[in-house]
Amino acid sequence: MYNFDFVKPATVDEAVKALADDEAQALGGGQTLIPTLKQRLASPSKLVSLTGIAEMKGVSKQGDAVVIGGGTTHRTVAEEAASAYPGLADLASRIGDPAVRNRGTIGGSLANNDPSACYPAAALGSGATIVTNSREIAADDYFQGMFTTALEEGEIITEVRFPIPQKSAYAKIAQPASRFPLVAVFVAQYGDGVRVAVTGASNNGVFRWSEAEAALSGNFAADALDGLTVASDDMIGDLHGTAAYRSHLVGVMAKRAVAAAS
Amino acid sequence: MPKDGGIGASSKRREDIRFLTGAGNYTDDINLRGQAYVFFLRSDIAHGTINNIDTSAAEGMPGVVKVFTAADFAGVGGMPCGWQVTDKHGEVMQEPGHPILATGKVRHVGEPIAAVVAETLAQARDAAEAIDVDITELPAVIDMKDALKADAPKVHDDLKNNLCYDWGFVEENKAAVEEAFQNAAHVTTLELRNNRLVANPMEPRVAVGDFARGTGDHTLYTTSQNPHVIRLLMGAFVLGIPEHKLRVVAPDVGGGFGTKIFHYQEEAFVTFAAKACNRPVKWTSSRTEAFMSDAHGRDHVTTIQLALDADNNFTALRTDTHANMGAYLSTFAPSVPTWLHGTLMAGNYKTPLIYVNVKAVFTNTVPVDAYRGAGRPEATFQLERVIDKAAIELGVDAIELRRQNFITEFPYATPVAVEYDTGDYVATMDKLTEIADLAGFEARRKESEARGKLRGLGVNCYIEACGIAPSNLVGQLGARAGLYESATVRVNATGGLVVMTGSHSHGQGHETAFPQVIAEMIGIDESMIEIVHGDTANTPMGMGTYGSRSIAVGGSAMVRATEKIIAKAKKIASHLLEASESDIELKDGAFSVAGTDKSVAWGDVTLAAYVPHNYPLEDIEPGLEETAFYDPSNFTYPSGAYACEVEVDRDTGQVTIERFSAADDFGNIINPMIVSGQVHGGIAQGIGQALLENCAYDENGQLLSASYMDYAMPRAYDMPFFSVDHSCQTPCTHNPLGVKGCGEAGAIGSPPAVVGAVVDALRSAGKDVTHVNMPLSPSRVWAAMQ
Repeated sequence: MYNFDFVKPATVDEAVKALADDEAQALGGGQTLIPTLKQRLASPSKLVSLTGIAEMKGVSKQGDAVVIGGGTTHRTVAEEAASAYPGLADLASRIGDPAVRNRGTIGGSLANNDPSACYPAAALGSGATIVTNSREIAADDYFQGMFTTALEEGEIITEVRFPIPQKSAYAKIAQPASRFPLVAVFVAQYGDGVRVAVTGASNNGVFRWSEAEAALSGNFAADALDGLTVASDDMIGDLHGTAAYRSHLVGVMAKRAVAAAS
Repeated sequence: MPKDGGIGASSKRREDIRFLTGAGNYTDDINLRGQAYVFFLRSDIAHGTINNIDTSAAEGMPGVVKVFTAADFAGVGGMPCGWQVTDKHGEVMQEPGHPILATGKVRHVGEPIAAVVAETLAQARDAAEAIDVDITELPAVIDMKDALKADAPKVHDDLKNNLCYDWGFVEENKAAVEEAFQNAAHVTTLELRNNRLVANPMEPRVAVGDFARGTGDHTLYTTSQNPHVIRLLMGAFVLGIPEHKLRVVAPDVGGGFGTKIFHYQEEAFVTFAAKACNRPVKWTSSRTEAFMSDAHGRDHVTTIQLALDADNNFTALRTDTHANMGAYLSTFAPSVPTWLHGTLMAGNYKTPLIYVNVKAVFTNTVPVDAYRGAGRPEATFQLERVIDKAAIELGVDAIELRRQNFITEFPYATPVAVEYDTGDYVATMDKLTEIADLAGFEARRKESEARGKLRGLGVNCYIEACGIAPSNLVGQLGARAGLYESATVRVNATGGLVVMTGSHSHGQGHETAFPQVIAEMIGIDESMIEIVHGDTANTPMGMGTYGSRSIAVGGSAMVRATEKIIAKAKKIASHLLEASESDIELKDGAFSVAGTDKSVAWGDVTLAAYVPHNYPLEDIEPGLEETAFYDPSNFTYPSGAYACEVEVDRDTGQVTIERFSAADDFGNIINPMIVSGQVHGGIAQGIGQALLENCAYDENGQLLSASYMDYAMPRAYDMPFFSVDHSCQTPCTHNPLGVKGCGEAGAIGSPPAVVGAVVDALRSAGKDVTHVNMPLSPSRVWAAMQ
């Protein structure tokens, strides 16, 4: 990696100030950024570590929502959200491997918005609210395509609020090499309807499968999805699966998520 | 009863204590005083003309010691190829030059263009980025059949075309094979690909060069399976350093799998640069570099045809294979698709007529060479797959079809120029049938179906050839090296032994298994015996470890040296016991006079050898040290039968291995635990090839699978518990231990079983599938079901 300055602020305000510099880059758990730096594919002048900010850590139940600090690791979510929001905790428990889960953070994952990441499916599938140092962003407005979000330069995800569904589940088929989702679907049933979010499949990143949501809102059962298909036009096609295969998997994973929802 | 020690005991691997507790001494652990670091600037395009390399900016960068380009290697030899194949017309192969740093052109992504030696690795890398390389990109040739078209771009402008050789084997059989196909009652044809693999040993390659200005001695520390071979190749053909001024050390090596056999540019570079810079120079490969600079494996595209008579006897076999050489000839690349492949095409079957055609092709890809099994997995895969397909077409049981055609009498001379000394293919198939519980398969299939899964069974045989030899024969076949092995046994005064062997151990467990043999021969405890290997300064000239040759060839050399030791020790004992030498017996670590209670302990005899006060100095020299070189009279031929059961998810195409059983015949066995471990590892790599691993290029020669994000390595949870058995033992007839070798068997025997099982599962659902190309990724299996 190239040389850079490193700061580890203790508060969100200090972090925001540190990020105001040109070429400064926020560092969460570093599960994407550090390998990128090691490959010399990024050259920030300064890394602003968010891991020392106590106010950005932790899982709490506030009313009918689970609120997770932006700097909370996947492992902590897997453990501490398990009773309040088991579908979300299960998703967190299956990200990467133990080393990734002990370092990676929810804020880092959502800010990066990898088209094959797990958390974007949970956030979009739950209609979560992404809270930053300056505003609140609805998940439906937040995800804007592969590696693209509504975040401004220097904006920090301080917490994420997940409305707790009646039932939810996450079904994933892993890409054989990276074990990222080849396709994964998060399904959540709320009083006012069902949300279905798909990750790993689309060239445009995570998306809601509205036909499935409509069908499941009427009948929350796997066979309600019979006959529904997702167009393969915008699906990812690569070494690990054709666009047609990914399109097919969206249906399979959605059904499995519905069947597993609790 | 399991033995506590000696031959046949499952002695615990003594080397694991250091490997598992972080006490190993790997090449990257070696850091010399004043050491500098090299970073290689590698090509990011597959094919291009180098117009200019401007290093001026880099040379002024902080910490830079020296920047090297091809111009610095004028007068230095290129990388040598160790095997010259003669084609079917009697002409020798086309052999391109292979420079240490790209000269004139770049020919694959990853080829080193320039090298920066600097005080730190980061400084070297910074400076490498400041090198301005002006390259005109040329169209790349990636697909082998495209590469042979008349208008294809040439990888090497000074060669006629991209065809390295067109090999026919056995050319004299060709007409008779054609005739047999004309007369066949049935012909089965199968086209398949043996996927390109990257070996990915846990330890990447590392090389440290050192030069002693005072003496003119060079030392290379390197991650090699055969340090003497590197010394010979690099010293004689590349850098012009005589053996007595060049020491090559391969200390603990973290896995090789073939890819650390070869002599690489980086080794020659650090040795050369250490002298040029007058300080040690170190290179440690990153994993990314490993993907684009370690020799790759496999990459054959084959059409195989099997002819059968009306009674389903195999009457003839012919194959047409394209074998990828990559952009240059790696050290032993030409031998892999020819002599290590064509000679095995008879498999376990008495097919009377065989013709193998192999076209070796240059492409703008990383060089391809031996990888665990090297040619033999490719032979087994195509043969066993075409038999499965024939069984489907004929509507007969695939196991019975195999049994019907088994070779049953030994020795057996195949129509592809080798003679199997021993084997019992019926016995291994019977054993497999038992341990795999083939009788219970249908019940297990019903149970899987009840859970909505498709279940399939794949069963196949394999034949392997280990300890490639003898040297005078392989010389006729084009080898530019001998294939013997050496051992020096040094007995110390107090009775302990040090065995200096040319066989290198990089995970195989030699340090445990070799002492078991000597302990058995002398009747002493294994802990009295130490194995030394991996350093040309303190071991006799040896050929190293590959092709499952260590116990069969290196072990035999050690036995011969130990026999000399025992013969001399008996002379000493006869003097001490005042008895005739012919009456002296060695048993349980003591020499005794037959028929008496007179005896002298091993340690007293060894002490006498070094403190020769009471000693027949007029007849024999003091000391107890002997060397033997062993050159086998034939290959050894391990064989076996493997069974795989899979479940296939109908909706996703995901395959899980539910059961895997292996019945192997390795002849006599020194350490059953180590043998089981070798089979486990081999099967894991075979399953990796069959289900997961795939080295892929795009049409421009960019490596698509250049990291673990896209190259799928097998993981523990991809594996079932293996059921392995090696109780079927037909000892080798021509080496003193009766051993055959076991290192590659698992990787050879397992891929066809996995593919056969998946095909069987799909057919159980009514799909008209006879073959699916590896790796059987979920996407491919799903597509095969559509």
